Amino acid sequence: MHDKQVILLVEDNPDDEALTLRALKKNNITNTVIVAHDGVEAVEYLFGTGMYEGRDPTDLPEIVLLDLKLPRLDGFEVLTQLRADPRTKLLPVIILTSSKEQQDIVHGYGLGANSYVRKPVDFDQFVEAVRQLGLYWLVLNEKPAGGAPHSS
Amino acid sequence: MMQSRRSGRPVAPGATAIGTRSVKENIRVHEKQAILVVEDNANDEALILGALKNHRVVVARDGAEALEYLFGAGAYQGRDPYDLPQAMILDLKMPKVDGFQVLTKVRADERTKLLPVVILTSSTDLQDVLRGYNLGANSYLRKPVDTERFVEVVGTSARTGSV
Repeated sequence: MHDKQVILLVEDNPDDEALTLRALKKNNITNTVIVAHDGVEAVEYLFGTGMYEGRDPTDLPEIVLLDLKLPRLDGFEVLTQLRADPRTKLLPVIILTSSKEQQDIVHGYGLGANSYVRKPVDFDQFVEAVRQLGLYWLVLNEKPAGGAPHSS
Repeated sequence: MMQSRRSGRPVAPGATAIGTRSVKENIRVHEKQAILVVEDNANDEALILGALKNHRVVVARDGAEALEYLFGAGAYQGRDPYDLPQAMILDLKMPKVDGFQVLTKVRADERTKLLPVVILTSSTDLQDVLRGYNLGANSYLRKPVDTERFVEVVGTSARTGSV
């Protein structure tokens, strides 16, 4: 039995971070959540560099929940780097953002995001969206990586 | 009748000829948001339609029909290829043109390359999972899908945009 895999949450806003963690907990999604507070941290985590020097980059998170507007390196740039690297090319990435710009949706899918979810402003709706995300991406969806079973 | 039910759009010239085409019998158009379901197995089709009963669904019975729908060719001559379905649910093993071939064509065309594609298949072959993702599938679901959960998620996806 493998340990439950990690969810990488890339989110710079502490309120949104707290909200997402609460929503995950409320929905009994008990995967460990690693929070990267900007794009650079996210990339360092995934590739085992910088502050995550020595981390095994083949030990991929189950999914990445990626905000778009981030300091240092934004979500689009993170996604570009992930899709360009064979190790993370197929990693499921769900853009989770407050942006409703059609351009951002198109850009996100164009760069290879698996899904694009707008953060609902209302907390209950947000919890519901996170529940569905968890259900879909952690339970129903088949991961591209072999070996790791469903988190059940 | 079929065309006008689709979205209230004007019936394109040429599309009226669809009534005489045998493929018409195989492509059924339902109301509401269009999700393109590409499925050759009648039992699976019934299950999927049940799960998507609150959505507007277009069913293509093989890969060739799916491509005709998407690109406004053949039986769907005149359909605007820019009028994308909300998503495509794609079986892999199908007659004529299989799911991988459909996906390859969809990703190679500017008009359809961003269409969210969910592979829904009974294949348990990891090679198929990898191939699907490598060809640009957004998601891969294995049959039998937990229908209750599938309904729950897809049933509200229009609101949250999460699938």
